[in-house]
Amino acid sequence: MDKVLEIIDLTRTYKSGHGALTVLDSVSFELMRGDTVSIVGPSGSGKTTLLGLSAGLDAPSSGKVLLCGYDMGALSEDQRAAVRNKHVGFVFQSFRLIPTLTALENVTVPAELQGRKDATDEARALLVEVGLGERTDHYPAQLSGGEQQRVAMARAFINKPDILFADEPTGNLDVDTGDHIVNLLFKLNETAGTTLVLVTHNLELAAKTERIIRLKRGQLVPELNVIPTHA
Amino acid sequence: MLKWLITFSWRDSRGSRAKLLLFVTSMVLGVAALVSINSFGDNLKRAIDAESKTLLGADLSFESGKPFSDSIESIIDSLGGTQSRRTSFSSMAYFPKSNTTRLATIRGHEPGFPFYGTIESDPPEAASTYLSDNGALIDATLMAQYDIAVGDSVRIGTKSYTVSGKLIQTPRETAAIMLFSPRIYIPLVAMDTTLLSAGSRADYEVYFQFADERDADELVEVLSDTLRAQEVRTDTVEEERANWDRSLTNLYRFLGLVGFMSLLLGSLGVASSIHVYIRQRIQTVAVLRVYGASSYQTFAIYLIQATGMGLLGAVLGSVIGVGLQSVVPVVLGDFLPVHVDFRVSWSSVFMGSAMGVGVTLLFALLPLLEVRNIPPLAALRSDFAPEEKDGRGKKEKWVLLGIMALFVTAFAIIQAPTILIGLGYSAAVAAVFALLALAATTVMRVLAAKPPSNVSYVVKQGMANLHRPHNQTLMMMLALGFGTFLVSTMIISESTLLGQLSLASTEGKPNLVFYDVQPSQVDSVISMIETANLPVLDEVAMISMRLSSVKGKSIESLREDTTFNFSWAHRREYRSTYRDVLAESEVVVEGSFEGTYSGSCLIPLSVEHDVAQQLDVTIGDSLSFNIQGVDISGRITSIREVDWRRMQTNFFFVFADGAINDAPAFHVVMSRTETTEESALIQAGVVRTYPNISSIDISVVLTIFEAIFSKISFVVQFMALFSIITGLLVLSGAVMISRFQRIEESVLLKTLGASRKIVLQIMTTEYLVLGVAAAVTGVGLSLIAGWGVSRFVFEADFVVPFYSLLILTASVVGLTIAVGQLNSRGIYDKEALEVLRKET
Repeated sequence: MDKVLEIIDLTRTYKSGHGALTVLDSVSFELMRGDTVSIVGPSGSGKTTLLGLSAGLDAPSSGKVLLCGYDMGALSEDQRAAVRNKHVGFVFQSFRLIPTLTALENVTVPAELQGRKDATDEARALLVEVGLGERTDHYPAQLSGGEQQRVAMARAFINKPDILFADEPTGNLDVDTGDHIVNLLFKLNETAGTTLVLVTHNLELAAKTERIIRLKRGQLVPELNVIPTHA
Repeated sequence: MLKWLITFSWRDSRGSRAKLLLFVTSMVLGVAALVSINSFGDNLKRAIDAESKTLLGADLSFESGKPFSDSIESIIDSLGGTQSRRTSFSSMAYFPKSNTTRLATIRGHEPGFPFYGTIESDPPEAASTYLSDNGALIDATLMAQYDIAVGDSVRIGTKSYTVSGKLIQTPRETAAIMLFSPRIYIPLVAMDTTLLSAGSRADYEVYFQFADERDADELVEVLSDTLRAQEVRTDTVEEERANWDRSLTNLYRFLGLVGFMSLLLGSLGVASSIHVYIRQRIQTVAVLRVYGASSYQTFAIYLIQATGMGLLGAVLGSVIGVGLQSVVPVVLGDFLPVHVDFRVSWSSVFMGSAMGVGVTLLFALLPLLEVRNIPPLAALRSDFAPEEKDGRGKKEKWVLLGIMALFVTAFAIIQAPTILIGLGYSAAVAAVFALLALAATTVMRVLAAKPPSNVSYVVKQGMANLHRPHNQTLMMMLALGFGTFLVSTMIISESTLLGQLSLASTEGKPNLVFYDVQPSQVDSVISMIETANLPVLDEVAMISMRLSSVKGKSIESLREDTTFNFSWAHRREYRSTYRDVLAESEVVVEGSFEGTYSGSCLIPLSVEHDVAQQLDVTIGDSLSFNIQGVDISGRITSIREVDWRRMQTNFFFVFADGAINDAPAFHVVMSRTETTEESALIQAGVVRTYPNISSIDISVVLTIFEAIFSKISFVVQFMALFSIITGLLVLSGAVMISRFQRIEESVLLKTLGASRKIVLQIMTTEYLVLGVAAAVTGVGLSLIAGWGVSRFVFEADFVVPFYSLLILTASVVGLTIAVGQLNSRGIYDKEALEVLRKET
């Protein structure tokens, strides 16, 4: 199996007043193609920081992030952006749809950045797949939270990413809608063979992934191997 | 990729286009001002070129302060062509119907002039019939002022004329010039020649029209030495055209600079709006970055939007500018020698538009640079604020600010009449902006300080709004303060100038002057004044003279010396006097004043300080003068500083008593009247008895200055209006852009139980404080500028027009509150749920 993500001795320190605050401390792990993993831990444990670093949204203070073979720390911000565009998908807790674009236009953005001619067709197909075929011309403000998250998922999958990062994907949704979104997420993930990294407080959701990475005060605690329950 | 960037820019602007349009409107007026002024300038140039011959009314003219000598007459004869003569002088016009008098410029014409163009009169035929009917054409304004009708009579000197018509427009005169001294045209043959006696000033002109293709400029070149030696001035079509071109170019360029201020203000408004707009786009930019857009792609998206705004503003501004162009000739009409037709000047439209887009982009770049610093991480952390990376952003900002300063300075230098004025303009604009910014920062600091506990919640909240995060206080203060500053400086300058004149008319000083009084008439005039129970405050002799040598070198040799700085002081005709004492308005700054002449040496002479500098002479130097063909020499014994503002006779040269007392002179007698009727009566009495005597009433001068200044200030205020409206538009934009923040606050306050009245009171307090701060700062700075202008430009006492400034301050505050409330309307009515669901 290919290694999609390799985190080696990763540390992130922020300047705080006169001192330094270590948010992530020597974290290491690796993920193979198709893996599903949850990152869990209490608030302030460094989950989002780890997600951001893993996805190349931020640069580490020390250590390495190898994403699809690219040493993200060695790349410039724009080079990291190019890697993300090609290999990474994202789903955010608050959806992060661009409010001035329709559902269809939101989904096409990553593909259009690649200059793909089939962006609109592909986006339309994905929206049909997430059950929003009739809502393509609607703006985010005209969609419910669940619908917005489905648009976000379609956007995340349009470039057929090697790895998908989801930050509390059900955090802003009610239980039923959340369940529906999770099922859809795992379904799309399985179909595309994408590696899935979930950040969540929800242990029930975490239990649906193959692995759980626990963080406490920025450090890894021994990993639990679980049997996926979504299948 | 460019296509996608443009498409995305368009999509991204959805929902904000009305807002963007509002931002754009703040620079629209600046473009409109530039397009209209420069377009008008182009049309004016075209009109002057097309009608260049009508500017002079002839192909060539000779002009002299004395009758042409025989040798000049033979040159005139030899030139041939069609000729027409004119003699002009200042004299009192007496209107028997109303028993009133008025000092006017009398022009005696021969038939023929103007050879090109026409004299416009009402009725039209009067322009030619007055010459044959022993008639007079009188300046239309003067006729209106003195209630003179066609058919009435006017007496000039000993001769009477029937008023043939109103003089409306004529070559070589503009309405503004006529305001200084109204014109009366009479036939030359019917002129009272006794008015041209020795000592009186008159201009003798001859106009030529050549049927052949003679080059008048070449002719002047050939004759120049002979003509100059006899103090005959020449004027050709080309010279006249160049003179008008130069002075009018300076005028419209100056107005262009005033217009440019509103473009600068507007661009600052656009920059500020974009700054806030970009802050509202942080999440969009972060999401784009997450999905692989490079920092330059995201930057390009908003640069395209800014370019679009600039282009839209330029187009709108150009359309308004072209429309306004037809208004400019109306505003400037009194200063123009020709009719300017309306025509679209595409080069001006292009220049104005390019300037609009250029300045907008330049100013927009500053906030746009922030886009590159928005990291993708901002998509994960909603509280994330963009920060600068390792000082690179700071360096870029300074470079950009430097480019902006260079651009503004370069424009000012190109537009201003001289480099120095251009640099001064840029420095003044920078200083005013810097001081306004300093004032705004101080205001915010003061407001941020903990208010006393007894201040009401409404006031506290209203003031807090001005220093909350992402506030627009600085921008609003700049926009409103600058507009206020411009108008206020104009008001102060006007009052200072007019104040000087009013001052002269009070304090028991003379306010009525009789001049051109012949020596034989002095006693009689004094007696007439005294009989009317009026005081004789001064009586002095005036002797016309010209310099014939300076420090032993003749004026001719100095004129021919190309290395010598031959100035107005060498060239002009002086009216000097003799006295044995210093006048009240004089102070000796060098040497000592010698008041009597014993006849044994050179005549002791006192010279005014500025003229001494121009002539480069000092104590002990000799000066020779020509008085009606007789040369007299003097030795400088003192140099005086003269307070020219005093309403009394002041002189460049004062000779010692006893030296030139017998020279041909005329006298000036000064008096003071307390009422207009008293003044009119004594003037009419003196002029009726001695038609050669002229008089001037200071209250008339005051009226003339008021009229002239009101015309000038109308033009400048018309241009300053662009800045004021721009300031209000920037304010609208600033209020609009923070509307969502205000709605959120309003909803929160409403939820917590605040009534509509309280929400309104909070906003009113905010705009009230803002308006007061901006107006007071603008007026405060204008007081400094006004003081500088009065001290160094007008050299006059500084006058503060308290009530006018108070009205201006109140108007600015009122407008600020009105515009603020207008743009905030409906905020209280927003439903909480609607607000909470909205993302932008």
